[in-house]
Amino acid sequence: MLISLLVITLVAGFSLGFVNNLTIAPIARAKLERKINALKLVLPTFDNNPIRDKVLIKSEKAKDSIEIYPAYLNNELVGTAVTGSSEKGFSGLVKLMVGFKPNGEIENIAVLDQKETPGLGTKMKDKKYIQQYRNKDPATFNLNVVKDGGEVDALTGATISSRAFSESVQMAYDEFIKK
Amino acid sequence: MADKLDQKQNFLKGIIKENPVFVMLLGMCPTLGVTSSALNGLGMGVATLFVLLMSNIVVSLIKKQIPSKVRIPAFIIVIASFVTIVEMVLEAFIPFLYEQLGIFIPLIVVNCLILGRAEAFASKNNLFSSIIDALGMGLGFVIALTVLGATREILGNGSVFEVKFVSEDANTFILFILPPGAFIALAYLAAIFNKITLKTI
Repeated sequence: MLISLLVITLVAGFSLGFVNNLTIAPIARAKLERKINALKLVLPTFDNNPIRDKVLIKSEKAKDSIEIYPAYLNNELVGTAVTGSSEKGFSGLVKLMVGFKPNGEIENIAVLDQKETPGLGTKMKDKKYIQQYRNKDPATFNLNVVKDGGEVDALTGATISSRAFSESVQMAYDEFIKK
Repeated sequence: MADKLDQKQNFLKGIIKENPVFVMLLGMCPTLGVTSSALNGLGMGVATLFVLLMSNIVVSLIKKQIPSKVRIPAFIIVIASFVTIVEMVLEAFIPFLYEQLGIFIPLIVVNCLILGRAEAFASKNNLFSSIIDALGMGLGFVIALTVLGATREILGNGSVFEVKFVSEDANTFILFILPPGAFIALAYLAAIFNKITLKTI
């Protein structure tokens, strides 16, 4: 009895180790690719390697440290991408990558992580929704949704998701300004 | 010839007479949880089919070596290993689906359909029958989840496999992509399925 269980667990352990070895590189590559695609989306053209130049900042508001990616073109700062997150989404974490122009206006936003309701909260990924944040300076643009006295039109049937989205953008902006 | 017929029945029973979702109501957690779109249902179904096939193969191969006292832990180890493999492979090569299915991939381990087939079929039958059984049951599960996902997507989002057939801002039955819609859609589909199959038998 003991031996047969031991053999089964041994075989299972070794085969898992083998598959892990096979997939560890593709998993890392897929993650990196997603990050690069998000950076390309939220930043203007750049010629440095923002991933190499990234700065990590600890914040009491977020579990993970906040990542800041500076983008340079011909050694001139053209934009900064900052991650922001909120735990207040409809199904938990919403994580965004927000690109800022040097003057503080939002260049573009990419959704890195969300578990919102398909068809409702997931529409936060649509261009139509993100459009209302673009080229706005959070210093003068109230990021709250209209219901809370702000200027953002919430998604139909997904006010909570929209709130979490705005909160994430606000967090990213706060860190951007601090820096 | 008799044997051949037997295998055909063995295969078909998983799809029609003992359909895991519509007739036996097994594995309800992923069935209700991930079928908010046809693609999610299909992805979940195929992942489950793979795990079911592999676990049936292994269980039927090692059934003689496992003392019956520890057979359940042994089956669970086999199933959990394959689920972890599926999870890693999906994350590496189909990250889009991996994100969509999320927590439901590791939860395939506790899908009672898989343990049920290992215990009720693969541990008592030979390798070939077990493979046919897994394919039949797995396909039944795939079809059920895809149909359920498509139904909910059509009603709730106005699209099938993410191809929209209503205008962008049309009103749809949002209820159907929310959790309560899963119960309603499943109940109606199960009723229709049983009505149709009862007639033909």
